[in-house]
Amino acid sequence: MVIHTLLPDSPPVREDSPPVPETVEGSPATRAPVPELVEGSPTTRARAIAGAVVDPEIPVLTIADLGVLRDVRIDGARATVTITPTYSGCPAMDAIRDDVILALTDAGFADVRVEVVLSPVWTTDWMTDAGKRRLREFGIAPPTGQRAVGPIPVALAVRCPRCGSLDTREVSRFGSTSCKALFECRACLEPFDHFKVH
Amino acid sequence: MTSSNPVANAGSGLPSSTDPVPDVRFSLPTPPTTPATHGSVTVDDVALAAEYIGFAPTAGSDPVRPATAEIAEYALWLGDDALILAQQLAGWITRAPELEEDMALANIALDLLGHARSLLRYAGAYDGRTEDDLAYLRDASAFRCAWLFEQPNGDFAQTIARQLVASGYLFELYTALNASSDATLAAIAAKAVREVEYHRDHAVQWTLRLAGGTDESRRRMIRAIGDVWPYVDELFRDEALIEELEGIAARPSMLRVRFDAVIDAVFREATLEVPDVAPSAAGGRRGRHFTTLGPLLAEMQVLARAHPGATW
Repeated sequence: MVIHTLLPDSPPVREDSPPVPETVEGSPATRAPVPELVEGSPTTRARAIAGAVVDPEIPVLTIADLGVLRDVRIDGARATVTITPTYSGCPAMDAIRDDVILALTDAGFADVRVEVVLSPVWTTDWMTDAGKRRLREFGIAPPTGQRAVGPIPVALAVRCPRCGSLDTREVSRFGSTSCKALFECRACLEPFDHFKVH
Repeated sequence: MTSSNPVANAGSGLPSSTDPVPDVRFSLPTPPTTPATHGSVTVDDVALAAEYIGFAPTAGSDPVRPATAEIAEYALWLGDDALILAQQLAGWITRAPELEEDMALANIALDLLGHARSLLRYAGAYDGRTEDDLAYLRDASAFRCAWLFEQPNGDFAQTIARQLVASGYLFELYTALNASSDATLAAIAAKAVREVEYHRDHAVQWTLRLAGGTDESRRRMIRAIGDVWPYVDELFRDEALIEELEGIAARPSMLRVRFDAVIDAVFREATLEVPDVAPSAAGGRRGRHFTTLGPLLAEMQVLARAHPGATW
């Protein structure tokens, strides 16, 4: 099934990406690292390029880090990328789909398809350890532990990404995006986002 | 639709009325298998094809078509429930008692809208209609949502009471539907159940807080439960359509025991009582609606009808 196809005679218009700043000590990168010039088979290249597309809401995470990228297949001239949403209503999915098409088209893949699947269902278990580390460096507490369960659940403490204290408080169970809750640290008094265990 | 989805077929079928009532505090769908390593996921091709339901109504998309008109109708029912509740909750944005609740109710609405889009897209694929056709171009009599979802927002307590019932019902529904033999419905349900569980948690916490808060908050919570409860019964009625969908639909009457067990646990903690009220004459599944639906649709549909096909 074709969700969206861009043909080579209708190239996307996109300005060159600005140079990505090096990570300076004490100053974490605000975007996920861009991969080195990728060589190898078309499948390897396509997987690396698609996987490097970042979440528009959390640009420090790639869709490979997030576990949103499920599969990349090359069949002749066609690249088929399979992604899965984090939350059912996540509006970032449309942007991610378009960015995958743009990135692969830029890299010379003439016929790019993006397919969206719901199964197997995404959970934060799909997030890579590197992704969790970058989240923490970015100031977002990564998902840890297990989901609180049952109609009257007990939540686990969330570690402050700034000072490391466990003396934190949930301010709001819902945050600026579907995947986050708002916390504050009682030790350093900073508010921070927590990527919810899902 | 004959499914080869190993996940959908793994269960022993939908719950029966003879299933024991679970320990409600820890009733959960089967936990997903934690992937040992990230990446290189392979899923049976046939199962995947059945789940390519997509997100945006992009030109050239080719959604999975329900196997029968009955399945499409059932998806429409569930999609309408989610859509109307999402629209109602969005009405709280900028008006909730506190900023955090603006965000909470908006986030819940967003999840529900995601469920509605998946379900309506699936339903519409049967006869070539898009999710937008179904959301914006049907009149009230063509909607199939239950009356609970059409109940007005009222004060905050009433919205919480409606959320408690809605999320409690949807949690049991999607838990059961996870085992549907229809691969698309099973996939949508598996996704949705984790989200509505979080919504239920939100509603439970507010129910406890309002019931145990001030005299005024408790008075309002009790009144809200009384106002909402007549519309609980409709959710668990077995309409004729359900008989045509054995193994595909979740039988509403069989969800009632688990729903009641959760409500009992919450009400015990909140020292509330299930109100002794007669069920309403609700007939949402047959197109007979509460008076609120017309104005709600007018607001939701006016832009799309004034500018057909407009995009932005």
